[in-house]
Amino acid sequence: MIVARGLERRYGGRRVLAGVDLVVQPDDVVLVTGPNGSGKTTLLRILAGLVAPTRGELELAIDRSRIGFVGHEPLVYRELTALENLDLFGRLYRVPERRERIGMLLERFGLWDVRAVRVSEYSRGMAQRLALCRALLHDPDLLLLDEPHASLDAAGAALLDEELARLARGRALVVATHEPERLSALAPRRLALT
Amino acid sequence: MGLAVVLALLVAPEDADQGISQRIFYLHVPVALTAYFCFGLGAWKALRLLSTGEQRYDLESYVAIHQGTIFGSLTLITGSIWAKASWGVWWTWSSNQLVLFLVLFLFYCAYFMLRFSIEDGPRRARSSAVYALFGVALIPVSFLAIRLAEDFIHPTVFTREGPQMTGTMFLAFCVAWVAVTLLAYVLYRVELAGKRLDIALRELREATS
Amino acid sequence: MTYVSDVVALTRKDLRVELRARDTLPAMLLFVLSTLVVFHFALPAGTGATAAYGLLWVAIVFTALLGLSRAWVPEAEHGVLDGLVLAPCDRSAIWLGKTLATLAFLLAAQVVALPAFVLFFAPLDATALAGVLLADVGICAIGSLLAAMAAAGRARELLLPLLVLPLAIPLVVGGVGSAVSDDGGRFLLFLLLYDGVFAVLSWASFEYVITE
Repeated sequence: MIVARGLERRYGGRRVLAGVDLVVQPDDVVLVTGPNGSGKTTLLRILAGLVAPTRGELELAIDRSRIGFVGHEPLVYRELTALENLDLFGRLYRVPERRERIGMLLERFGLWDVRAVRVSEYSRGMAQRLALCRALLHDPDLLLLDEPHASLDAAGAALLDEELARLARGRALVVATHEPERLSALAPRRLALT
Repeated sequence: MGLAVVLALLVAPEDADQGISQRIFYLHVPVALTAYFCFGLGAWKALRLLSTGEQRYDLESYVAIHQGTIFGSLTLITGSIWAKASWGVWWTWSSNQLVLFLVLFLFYCAYFMLRFSIEDGPRRARSSAVYALFGVALIPVSFLAIRLAEDFIHPTVFTREGPQMTGTMFLAFCVAWVAVTLLAYVLYRVELAGKRLDIALRELREATS
Repeated sequence: MTYVSDVVALTRKDLRVELRARDTLPAMLLFVLSTLVVFHFALPAGTGATAAYGLLWVAIVFTALLGLSRAWVPEAEHGVLDGLVLAPCDRSAIWLGKTLATLAFLLAAQVVALPAFVLFFAPLDATALAGVLLADVGICAIGSLLAAMAAAGRARELLLPLLVLPLAIPLVVGGVGSAVSDDGGRFLLFLLLYDGVFAVLSWASFEYVITE
């Protein structure tokens, strides 16, 4: 569903991503590893369509609207509640039966009780779980996650591992992570950036 | 260029009303027209950048606008000298052309500020291109605005029924125009070549390091 | 139809965020009123109403700039703009939603500022009010695009006024003309032309300035 050849990205004269080749098939789980500054975030942002590569080719055999993206930041409005945020993005993503879908996701990620609380009052872990809800709203075929464990506590991280195992069935995952061993149960492929 | 100077200074008959000062007309107007042309070219290249996404148009658009700004500044300077010679003041708000160039000068200075403040890359190229397109829309709109503003800022101080140009005056004007346009084109190519060389050098240095 | 509902949802979201955070509108209100008071002292006695109309337009433009400089702040926090760009909706809807929200804030500030102007300085007729409305539309249309552009730069607060002011000069001409000229209709027509040209240009070019 993705074929990338020789992806390179420069910012000014600085090269942040150099010559990456990547093929992602449906049902694939790909772990992107590498030290800080090796271009993990940039690669995921290129795959999501947020950043254009300076060089290289990217073929997408999947509509952009079928991609879900979880970044470093939660990508939701601080001054809106979880419900309001998901309702807005649900509209923009044309999610059918929006209300039911949002309710189901909030339940699943343990946010139903705080659905009417503003995101600015959330802890980082709660915001991260809301970010996952947002990314899953439209039931994407390809899910891109940028260090999803970063701001979660032990319980949250365990919940996330469970969810990822569930999500990996019937869709492709590309996960940038510092803790590849967490996801070893999913029999992932590794892409090591340097 | 030399021919233009000779024609403008020696051959063309002096204007009965304005005398020697009128001769700056042969520099001022061609320079102004060339500036418009450069801004137009910059916008055209900007449009090409947005439609094709090819990065080389970014540099071409930037260099054209840079030249346009240089010729625009020259227009302001020659216009100011002309104003001093004919009306005894360095600046007059009653010359629509001068006011328009002042607005454009501010606008294109902001264009350079925009470029300097965004990091090099496709986003800067596209933002600059969009702003350059705003520029060509601003030229006629501002011109209209300045004409309209005469209504309440200085109701008809100068009635300008300019004297008709004689044959030699027109010839001198045309030669001057061609000369200035050629000069602009040469400067455009030189600056473009210089900038491209810079980029090639930088890439080469990176590749070897 | 989805385009309209996208725009409505985005505008309503901005109004709701402002209602909660109260970051922008109170500042705009206070700014425009303070400016009017400053003008009282800046205008020497006997300068008359005409000069006051000119200063009103200075106040309007700078109040709009104040609002515009805050326009994309909710999106800058938490990387929300990425979220909007990723959504499959038409990107120009994001621009239109922001333009309408900014326009709403500017109009709300003027609901207080214009009566204050009439009370302090000089009357405004229907033509002048129409001029204010049309110029508001123009400045919000170009401003929300340029603010998104400036947000990508380093000194965004400094950059925005520099980008907007040369483009706002025709709006000031139209606005002042509609207030002081005997033939205000011409100026309204001019403002309408400006709005048309630059709204279409901003609408069409927005998607180019928000992606990297």
